[in-house]
Amino acid sequence: MHATSSANPKISLSAVKKAFGRKVVLDGIDLDVAPGESVVVIGGSGTGKSVLLKSILGILKPDSGSIKVDGEEITRMGSSDRERINNKFGMLFQGAALFDSLPVWENVAFGILAEKRVNRDEAKEIAIQKLSQVGLISDVADLFPAELSGGMQKRVGLARAICADPEIIFFDEPTTGLDPIMADVINDLIVKVTREVGATALSITHDMASARKIANRVAMLYHGKIIWAGPVEDIDHSGNEYVDQFIHGRADGPIKMAVRA
Amino acid sequence: MNPLSGLQKIGSVFISFLETAGKLTTFTVSGISHAVRPPFYPRIIIHQMMDIGYYSLPVVGLTAVFAGMVLALQSYTGFSRFSAEGAIANVVVLSITRELGPVLAGLMVAGRIGASLAAEIGTMRVTEQIDALTTLSTNPMKYLVAPRMIAGITMFPILVLVADVIGVFGGYMVAVYKLGFNPSNYLQNTWNFLTFEDVTSGLVKAAAFGFIVTLMGCYHGYNSRGGAQGVGTATTNAVVSACILILSFDYILTEMFFAK
Repeated sequence: MHATSSANPKISLSAVKKAFGRKVVLDGIDLDVAPGESVVVIGGSGTGKSVLLKSILGILKPDSGSIKVDGEEITRMGSSDRERINNKFGMLFQGAALFDSLPVWENVAFGILAEKRVNRDEAKEIAIQKLSQVGLISDVADLFPAELSGGMQKRVGLARAICADPEIIFFDEPTTGLDPIMADVINDLIVKVTREVGATALSITHDMASARKIANRVAMLYHGKIIWAGPVEDIDHSGNEYVDQFIHGRADGPIKMAVRA
Repeated sequence: MNPLSGLQKIGSVFISFLETAGKLTTFTVSGISHAVRPPFYPRIIIHQMMDIGYYSLPVVGLTAVFAGMVLALQSYTGFSRFSAEGAIANVVVLSITRELGPVLAGLMVAGRIGASLAAEIGTMRVTEQIDALTTLSTNPMKYLVAPRMIAGITMFPILVLVADVIGVFGGYMVAVYKLGFNPSNYLQNTWNFLTFEDVTSGLVKAAAFGFIVTLMGCYHGYNSRGGAQGVGTATTNAVVSACILILSFDYILTEMFFAK
């Protein structure tokens, strides 16, 4: 089924396939994300959520199918065009992926420094302002990532993702590894900052509380396919037994967990 | 048992060998092409030069001084049987500049730098920091690999030049203070036999070894997989492959310079 919601989608995937050796991870993904919309892709571990995200980011190359950003096909792009497209993106990584050799402010301002939009003094000012947007005081700016707690690292990662005012932000399991309260704080921040930046958001998660909070629309990935997609309000009466099993977290149902990898 | 299974194994080993060779070639070409095109990262290049060049000086210096001392002692025990002790200065300076300086320094720094590059870049890989670079408008080959290659190729010859001087000095110490040679005669002999080509061939080798060590460190780190264990394997592979390549390229370069 084609999860369409708009005539001019910001991101559009059609029939995207990716296999590693004999293991088919993405088996024909169709997904559209409208401008300003927040789509959350849910699914169990190992269903290909990260591969989906990395294919859009250009870190992985799909075997076939098409991925369009603002109508431009990106799967067969040269590296300079690719870089131009990547400038539209911001990404919050699962483990925050902060550069541990750089202080917090340089992490946050890394993208704008790389694009040479500003000098170092201006960059630091912008970084401190972005840090305050995610609720961190300016004292944090000169610390190193290793000196921060997990929740603070996530916040710095979020500040880095929004620093260059991206048009599209990706969130890779934003609440994994955080306590429930900190997870909720991060969810609130995600909603707040995407609205402030006016960005389109695509997230992957298996945390339903997080999905309910940040999504306009939810798509469920199972065995390399989107098996259900719809507005977040409909998720409790999707009529899809796979979705029901997943959102209620039941061990028995149509989804059989592979015990062996 | 399937009689073809042995053949199958040979085939799969061969294919994976070709695969690795292809991957390494692509990596090398991409690394070089990024190293010669802007933008450059001078802050990182200088930082890497300090790390590879300056902080390797103690280990390289110690290696060189002992190599020179042993060389003088060994050649004395051998040459005195033919009453050819006068050739010691000659042997020491040629061996150090042509061979032992670059090779020993290369191997020592392969252990030091190859391992640390592989561990650093490997950790960045498994914690998604390399992916993060891509999302922040930065090419990881240009930001991580190219500056380290530039630093390796430029700093190794300087290190080896220092090693040459220290090594010859080690030989001099043993010859003069232990074996009772006349200091000015020894230095005269050292200087007289040394040609420009002896030193430059050693420095060219050094640049090649610097390239090999940084390339292997970056390549294995960049392609590491699967957490702490993957980074450990990458580190081992980086050092072992750098050492083997140094020794084999040493032969190839020697053949190119001196086989006439």
